[in-house]
Amino acid sequence: MKIIALAGNPNVGKSTVFNSLTGLHQHTGNWPGKTVSNASGMFKYNNKDYKIYDLPGTYSLISHSEEEEVARDFICFNKYDLVIVVCDAVCLERNLNLVLQTLEITKKVIVCVNLMDEAKKKKINIDLNKLSNILGVPVVGTSARNKNGINELLNNLENTNFNPIEIKYDDKVEEAIDILLPYLEDKTKDLNPRWGAINLINYEESLYKKITNYLGYDLLEDKIIKNQLIYIKEEGNYNIADSIVKKAEEIAKEVVTYENKNYKQKDLKIDKITTSKLFGIPLIIALLMVIFWLTIKGANYPSDLLFQFFSYLEIHILNFLEFLKFPQFLIDLLISGVYKVLTWVVAVMLPPMAIFFPLFTLLEDLGYLPRIAFNLDKMFKKCRACGKQALTMCMGFGCNAVGVSGARIIDSPRERLIAILTNVFVPCNGRFPTMITLITIFFVGINGNSFLSVIILTLVILLGFLLTFLASYILSKTILKGVPSSFTLELPPYRKPQIGKVIIRSIFDRTLFVLSRAVIVAVPAGALIWLLANLHINDISLLNHISSFLDPFGKLIGMDGVILISFILGFPANEIVIPIMLMTYMATGNLVEYESLESLRSILVNNGWTVITAICVLIFSLCHFPCSTTCLTIKKETGSLKWTLLAIIIPTLIGIILCFLINNISNFI
Amino acid sequence: MYLCDMKVGNKAIVKKIVANDNIKRRLLDIGLIEGTNVECVLKSPFNDPTAYLIRGAIIAIRKEDCDKIEVDII
Repeated sequence: MKIIALAGNPNVGKSTVFNSLTGLHQHTGNWPGKTVSNASGMFKYNNKDYKIYDLPGTYSLISHSEEEEVARDFICFNKYDLVIVVCDAVCLERNLNLVLQTLEITKKVIVCVNLMDEAKKKKINIDLNKLSNILGVPVVGTSARNKNGINELLNNLENTNFNPIEIKYDDKVEEAIDILLPYLEDKTKDLNPRWGAINLINYEESLYKKITNYLGYDLLEDKIIKNQLIYIKEEGNYNIADSIVKKAEEIAKEVVTYENKNYKQKDLKIDKITTSKLFGIPLIIALLMVIFWLTIKGANYPSDLLFQFFSYLEIHILNFLEFLKFPQFLIDLLISGVYKVLTWVVAVMLPPMAIFFPLFTLLEDLGYLPRIAFNLDKMFKKCRACGKQALTMCMGFGCNAVGVSGARIIDSPRERLIAILTNVFVPCNGRFPTMITLITIFFVGINGNSFLSVIILTLVILLGFLLTFLASYILSKTILKGVPSSFTLELPPYRKPQIGKVIIRSIFDRTLFVLSRAVIVAVPAGALIWLLANLHINDISLLNHISSFLDPFGKLIGMDGVILISFILGFPANEIVIPIMLMTYMATGNLVEYESLESLRSILVNNGWTVITAICVLIFSLCHFPCSTTCLTIKKETGSLKWTLLAIIIPTLIGIILCFLINNISNFI
Repeated sequence: MYLCDMKVGNKAIVKKIVANDNIKRRLLDIGLIEGTNVECVLKSPFNDPTAYLIRGAIIAIRKEDCDKIEVDII
């Protein structure tokens, strides 16, 4: 089997190339613009087996962030048969940097110039043959979105016509390389000795350590090499990196011609509006509101249909189990526990997600999200955080766990931790349904104006943003002290989204991915809740015992014991908070029939809910401990229990304080 | 004159970059070295960061980093 690595700048359609080589569904759970780790896939071509690794997008192999390090380490130290470097045809010059850097490490490179269709639209011509001649490796032009050129790429996989150019540095650097090279030639194993020499001259600690690790010995322990290097270093600074940029510029001049020099103007015209003082910020809020409105409006009816379908199905399953002579205890556990919670989660979650995710993916495909980061960066800078945190917050709307792992796009470890610790202040898709339900029945009225719901929901989310800024600021002033690091953000060209693919991808990769995770926890949670509600001590169920224990504290912060136990049991998935509440209130030991929002409202009101209770639950739903999946992700990303605990404590504490204040102030009034 | 002093529509050539290695490396990634052509294209709603056209890509840079980059307006 042959191993292929797929490298490239961010946003060049690398994952699209990956998917067109391997088939659509290999990338489950991955979020575009964001290859979380080395996703891999297999495919067969001409009776040969290939395994392909999709490396995270990176501008250069001199790494800054963890993501870039993953890509660099793979290219430098892994075993592979071929590297495909994917380039953006619209912006070839900058992309050539990575190609040239890769060619210094390995000669087994195929250059895939992607987005040829966009370049054509912008009347940018690229002479691929000439590029191939200059670089000395195969070059293939593709438009992976339309599958154009993919066959040619496949045909070139066995092309071994590698005779790459050697980048000439300035004389001073070349002299230094010449001095070191003879001593390195039999010492660098299968690493390119010239590349080894360059890295010694341009010493970078983390990479050097990795080289030492790979070789099994420290090159500088060799006295001759060390002495030569000391001698070289006495000659002052060596300008290595500039040479590659200049070479890329030179090559681009040879192969790229612009028929229309002002090809950027159309995008800039749009950007002048989307980033203007007048519309920049309002547009973000307006877009959020439109998405919420469509989600709320569109989800109601299918939700009802699903509930009806599930209760119809329930009777038949019940009959079937009775027919099979299942013991009554088991039937109750399965139907009243597992089935009820499971179907609730599906009926409440699936419709909003199936609407929200495609809409959001559309914005993402369009290229609007980096503009949000651009518009809001100053606010993040004031909090001594990174503007890219806005992007991780956007991911958080879908799923906080994704937002947390997405924080890898932030280079500075300090700023990345801030983004991770505060991501939970963005309500994820698991919490939206709870919020929307409460807003509908307590503030707007069941037949009320859905636009009002949207405004209230938006206010809650803006409060979440405010808390994010506040928490980021406080963290930067206390345990995560520091100044903002340097920051560059690319604003990629707007792209016309491919509606069909957006829908397919957001349904399969996102909706089903998030839903299946919720379903997996809903099953054991349903069983556990049923057991807690049905095992009695002194005629009172365990669930009620626990909730009355928590009740005094709950009352103090405007809620009650039942609500608190629901949030705690909802730790595996926030979607099940309301069903647990209902089950406990009814104390019938199973979920009540969800006939209508009206019945839900009367159950809550009969159990002492007021508008203040609803506000407190809304606030607490926004700020409390992250769900179990998110906690595990935080542990994995930070590698530290301390930060994971903080990620739990910070939002919970803020939630408790806010609810306490709201409750007590309202008592005064 | 520094990069941060440029107005939207201004074009310039980078003369000198006086920054630490970390910033320099980041700028290098986007191809911003001495002698590079830049054009100031967008200001964000709060005037910072600013976006520049650099080697065919639009890149936003914060003021703190821009004021370390000396340019000559063309």
